[in-house]
Amino acid sequence: MSMQPILKISDLTKTYASGLQALKRVDLDIRRGEIFALLGPNGAGKTTLINIVCGIVTPSTGTVTVDGHDIRHDYRATRSRIGLVPQELATDSFETVWTTVRFSRGLFGCPPNPAHLEKVLRDLSLWDKRKDRIMTLSGGMKRRVMIAKALAHEPQILFLDEPTAGVDVELRRDMWALVRRLRESGVTIILTTHYIEEAEEMADRIGVIHKGEPILVEEKAALMKKLGRKQLTLHLQAPMAEVPAALADWRLALKNGGQELEYVFEAGREHTDVPRLLKRLIELDIAFKDLNTRQSSLEDIFVSLVSERQGAQA
Amino acid sequence: MSSRTFNAYGVWAIYRFEMARFGRTLLQSVLTPVITTSLYFVVFGAAIGARMEEIGGVPYGAFIVPGLIMLTLFTESIFNASFGIYFPKFTGTIYELLSAPVSPLETVLGYVGAATTKSAILGLIILATSALFVPIRILHPVWMAAFLLLTAASFSLFGFIIGIWAKNFEQLQLIPMLVVTPLTFLGGAFYSIAVLPPAWQTVSLFNPVVYLISGFRWSFYGSSDVGVVPSLAFTLGFLLICLLLVGWIFKTGYRLKN
Ligand SMILES: Nc1ncnc2c1ncn2[C@@H]1O[C@H](COP(=O)(O)OP(=O)(O)OP(=O)(O)O)[C@@H](O)[C@H]1O
Ligand SMILES: [Mg+2]
Repeated sequence: MSMQPILKISDLTKTYASGLQALKRVDLDIRRGEIFALLGPNGAGKTTLINIVCGIVTPSTGTVTVDGHDIRHDYRATRSRIGLVPQELATDSFETVWTTVRFSRGLFGCPPNPAHLEKVLRDLSLWDKRKDRIMTLSGGMKRRVMIAKALAHEPQILFLDEPTAGVDVELRRDMWALVRRLRESGVTIILTTHYIEEAEEMADRIGVIHKGEPILVEEKAALMKKLGRKQLTLHLQAPMAEVPAALADWRLALKNGGQELEYVFEAGREHTDVPRLLKRLIELDIAFKDLNTRQSSLEDIFVSLVSERQGAQA
Repeated sequence: MSSRTFNAYGVWAIYRFEMARFGRTLLQSVLTPVITTSLYFVVFGAAIGARMEEIGGVPYGAFIVPGLIMLTLFTESIFNASFGIYFPKFTGTIYELLSAPVSPLETVLGYVGAATTKSAILGLIILATSALFVPIRILHPVWMAAFLLLTAASFSLFGFIIGIWAKNFEQLQLIPMLVVTPLTFLGGAFYSIAVLPPAWQTVSLFNPVVYLISGFRWSFYGSSDVGVVPSLAFTLGFLLICLLLVGWIFKTGYRLKN
């Protein structure tokens, strides 16, 4: 396996004709064969970044190379290696599933290969629908068709721009399974998502982009440890003045005038630490009316990242 | 796949996709021009033509055939090519074309090639329909085919440009309706400009369509309003202008890319 990144983005900026600066300065390397999740709030510039790499949007400055080929000067080499599933559903309503994937394969310069197309359609549970017109399919099925189109020319890099937005649980699971299979076959996958669980489930590395700048790129494991906090709140029967010394093992705090006991812990520890805590509370005869847990949302994470960053710059 | 070579599979994919659209709407695509042509013959050929003198030794009904074919070539070429590229912009499926390893030349060959094929086929269908109504001679069949193809190609290219420029369906119709149809009707499709008063003859010489129709009619009957060389020059000139415009569009990404 080559150590050279399969995708190298340097000094990339994009200012749209409207004057809006969608990308401030992006430097990013994607490793061969990894699953990379790009996270960021609405308008962060995720789609802009992907569209530049794929040739849909022209960059203002900077360079992008795919497997060592420049996306502008050697676009045939770069584009034939890339498959894109865009964020918006856009399909040719009047075509059949089969003709549309055959079209995609040809468009990307590949000789016909019905066996490959059959495999792609079977993998996506579309084989039975191959003769159906796309307009007769459900939204989830149309999304599968778009994935099939992106895979028709056997790309080495697959971009999935919010693949699971508006998708039911089953399709989401199917999609995750497919992504894993593709990765096993050597395909590099870059996906964007708003769901931290999804990034957690899928990615090897996670990048967070905020207002057109990557503010963090890290291995998933390290990041989850850093960011994946959960919070348990216990609504007490009787208010407490201070946290009993017997509960010193847990990071606890009293909130709301001593009526609530709050426990903050790392995601993944709920199976061990929380039951222990609850057991201990019962032993100590501390009664509670209600309890709830909350996972730090992506929003919280962005906020904390951004404020950390601003703190660092100040 | 070799990365530097011509993407013939890509051209073929676009061409085939566009021709399939033609196939799906075959009945309308063919029936509409055939019915329109037949109506022209009923109205102009039979009702009016009977009272018209021969023009340059050609019966009036036969005289209007090249003009009718040209009219169809103009409208069908523009419509098919502009719709072909406008529709993906409208539905968003253009993303695939923009992200594909297809050069501007290959894109144009696919879309404009298909539109040219369609309108050339329709032109020949009109010719065949006309032959049912009036006797037709074709003195210079090779030139006839050349003018037919060149006109179909340049107006398809022109339509392609309109399709890229248009931001909505109204704009798509705008130029064909406001420019092309009037110029065609004033361009000697149904008369020889020799019948016009001298001042209007001079004005007509500024209408490029006059040259296109005239050259085409010459390939049928050997007589023309403006001579075959200027006709050919105008046809090729128009083709060249459209090619330059398309080249500029792809170079700048005008209305295709942000
Ligand atoms: N064609 C365009 N013209 C002008 N501004 C644009 C254009 N496309 C996107 N933008 C702006 O660029 C910024 C980044 O948009 P982009 O679509 O890349 O964000 P995103 O991270 O993909 O957001 P989302 O999560 O909502 O998909 C936004 O402020 C958006 O309004
Ligand atoms: Mg987006």
